[in-house]
Amino acid sequence: MKYVDEFRDGTVARGLAAAIARDADPAREYHLMEFCGGHTHAISRYGLKDLLPANVQMVHGPGCPVCVLPIGRIDNAIEIASRPGVILCTYADTMRVPASKGLSLLKAKARGADIRMVYSSADAVRIARENPGREVVFFAIGFETTTPPTAVAIRAAKAEGLANFSVFCNHVLTPAAITHILESAEVRDYGTVPIDGFIGPAHVSTVIGSQPYEYFAEEYARPVVIAGFEPLDVMQAIRMLVRQLNDGRAEVENEFARAVTRDGNAKAKALVAEVFELRRSFEWRGLGEVPYSALAIKPAYRDFDAEARFGIAYRSVADNKACECGAILRGVKKPTDCKVFGTVCTPENPIGSCMVSSEGACAAHYTYGRFKDVAIVPASA
Amino acid sequence: MSGVRTGYVRPVDFKHGCVDLTHGGGGRAMAQLIEELFQRAFDNEWLRRRNDQAAFDLPAGRLVMSTDSHVVSPLFFPGGDIGCLSVHGTINDVAMAGARPLYLAAGFILEEGYPLAELKRIVESMAAASKQAGVPIVTGDTKVVEKGKGDGVFITTTGVGVVPAGVEISGDRARPGDRILVSGTMGDHGVAIMSLRENLSFETTIRSDTAALHGLVAAMVEAVPGIRCLRDPTRGGLATTLNELASQSGVGMVISEAGIPVRPEVDAACEFLGLDPLYVANEGKLVAICAPADAERLLTAMRAHPLGRDAALIGEAIADPHRFVQMDTRFGGRRVVDWLTGEQLPRIC
Repeated sequence: MKYVDEFRDGTVARGLAAAIARDADPAREYHLMEFCGGHTHAISRYGLKDLLPANVQMVHGPGCPVCVLPIGRIDNAIEIASRPGVILCTYADTMRVPASKGLSLLKAKARGADIRMVYSSADAVRIARENPGREVVFFAIGFETTTPPTAVAIRAAKAEGLANFSVFCNHVLTPAAITHILESAEVRDYGTVPIDGFIGPAHVSTVIGSQPYEYFAEEYARPVVIAGFEPLDVMQAIRMLVRQLNDGRAEVENEFARAVTRDGNAKAKALVAEVFELRRSFEWRGLGEVPYSALAIKPAYRDFDAEARFGIAYRSVADNKACECGAILRGVKKPTDCKVFGTVCTPENPIGSCMVSSEGACAAHYTYGRFKDVAIVPASA
Repeated sequence: MSGVRTGYVRPVDFKHGCVDLTHGGGGRAMAQLIEELFQRAFDNEWLRRRNDQAAFDLPAGRLVMSTDSHVVSPLFFPGGDIGCLSVHGTINDVAMAGARPLYLAAGFILEEGYPLAELKRIVESMAAASKQAGVPIVTGDTKVVEKGKGDGVFITTTGVGVVPAGVEISGDRARPGDRILVSGTMGDHGVAIMSLRENLSFETTIRSDTAALHGLVAAMVEAVPGIRCLRDPTRGGLATTLNELASQSGVGMVISEAGIPVRPEVDAACEFLGLDPLYVANEGKLVAICAPADAERLLTAMRAHPLGRDAALIGEAIADPHRFVQMDTRFGGRRVVDWLTGEQLPRIC
C-alpha cells in the first residue's frame, strides 16, 4: 500500500534497530513512556520490543481514550440509553467496556436499549435528522483528536435547529494527563516508575501542535519526541530520545513532521474553543480526579448538552479489586503483573478497560504478544 | 353467458406486488407464488412432482450434509446477492469434506411488504447459481413473517453430497510439518459488503468473491487425494479458520504475512477502517492443509483452476501444545494471530 508500506519496511527497521543498539549506552537504562494507545498497539503488533536492546524499555502510558473512561461515565451512558425514546450513538470501542452491575453498552443494547455504533459524529447528526421524534445522543469520547469533530456536530445541530440532538461530552486532554503522571508520587517522590522521556502523541499533536509539550521538556527536564503511529516512526523516535538522553538534552523534537507543526491546526483549535470549556476536574480511570483535564460544553451550547438535558449526575464507582488497570495506566505495572490477566480477564470477558480497546496495554499484549509468556515446546517433549 | 372465464387465475404481480401474509398461509396465494416463482426458476424433475420432499438415489460413498442460514445485509452487493450466496455457501460447506455436492434444499423466511420484484431477482440469482454449479434445489419451504419481524429475506439452504472412497478430509488431521495453502486473495467479500453499509459508504471497485468451490475441490482431490484439511474462511476470515483448525488438530501454526495474497484495494480499505484483512470474510476462497511432500502438486493443481489462480503457500503447522497461530510480519517481528474477539461486522453472510 502506497505511503504506508514505506513506514513498515523491515529492512529499514533492522537498520534503525542497529543504530539504536549502537547509540544506547550499555552503562545506563532508558525508560521511555509511549503516551498513546496507538503507539502501544504498534509496538505490540509489530513486535518492536524484540528489536530493541534490553536496556531500552518501553512504559505504556494512559493515552487510550476508552481505557481512561471511568465506570461511572459508562453507567451514565447506559442510563441515558435506557430512557424511553433515546437513541445513543457511540464509537464501537466503548461497547464492551465493563460498567456497574455486570452491564456494558453491548449488554444494554441486547436488553433493548437503542444503541447504534457510528464511525463519525456526523453519522449521529444524520440519525437525529432522520428520527425527529426521537432523542439522539452522541456519546463523545476521546482526546484532542476526536474533539473538533464533536464541535462540528454541535455547531451543525445548532445551525440546523436539530432540537432532538445532544452530546454526552467526555473529551479529555493530553497535557493534563502527562502532568499528572509526572507529578505522581511514583514518578516524582519514590522514583519507582522511572520515566526518562516521552514518545509524544501523533494524531493529538496534529491538532494541538508540538508547542504544548515544551513545558514538560523544560519544567520536568524530560525529552519529548512526537512520533507517528507507524512502526518506523516509533523506532525513529526511540532513537531520537536515546540521543537526547545521551547528550543530556530535554527538548521537544518532532519526528512526525509530515503532519505536525509547532502550532497545530488553528481552525480546529478555534472550533474547540468556541464550543467547549475546561472542567474544573474529571475522573480518569487509573489516574483518579485530574484537575482541568477534560472539556464540558459551553453555556452558549447548553441546549445540546446531554448532561443538562437529562439531568445526569456523576457518581464515582470503584474498579474491580483484582483489576490492575489503574496501575497499568500509570505505568506502575505491566499487564502480566495483573493476577487476572489472561485468566479471568480476556478480550471476550474483560474485567478492566485495558483489555477492551485494541489500544489498551492488556488487549495489545494478549492479542499479539502473549505467546512470548509461555515457552513453546514440541507436543512430544 | 357469464363474463367470468373458468379456471382463470390472475398472475402474480412481480412488477408492483409485495409479499403479504397470504403468501405463507398455505392457501392458493402461496401455491401460486411457489408455482410461478420458485418452481419456474428452479425447475427440475423433483420439484415438478410437487411433493413436500424429494426422493433420490445416491451414488456409493459416504454421505455429507450441511446447512447454512443467510441473513446478509444489504441483500444485494457488488459481485452478488443473498440468492447466489445462499447456494454457494452450502455447496462450499459440503465440498470442504472433499465431497461432490448433489442436492440442495432451500427455506425462505420472507417479511410482509417485501417487493416481489426484488424477491424474483433473488430467486433467479439462486437458480442461476444452482444451474451453473450443477446442483439442483430439489425441495423447499416458504414462510412469511409480519412487517418488522424480519429484514426482507432470510434464506436457509441445506445440501447433501457424497465423498468418494479413500478421501478423508477433516479439520482435526493437520500434523506438525504440514503445509498451509490458500486459494486466493483474502477479505474481498467482507470489504465489498462494508462498502455499502450506510454508515461506512466508500467508493470501491471491490466485488464479493462469492463462488461455488466444488469444482476447485474436485481438481485438488484428484491431484492430492490425501489432503488433510479443507475449510472456507467465511465469517472471522483466515485468522479464525486457522485458529479453528489448529485447535481441532492440536497443533500450532506459523504463517508468513508476506505470503498471504490481499488485493491492494482491500488492504487500503481495511487500513482506513481499522480492520485486519485476516479477519475479514471470504465467500469464494478456501484454506487447504496437506503433507509437505504434496504441497507443490496441490499448489499447481489449484493455480490451474480459474478459482485458484492466486493460490499461495502461506505457512506450516508446528508442534505447539498452546495451539497458537503465529505470523512472521513483514516488519520482521513475530506475533500471535488470535481468534476474532467480538463481532467485526454483523450480518456479513
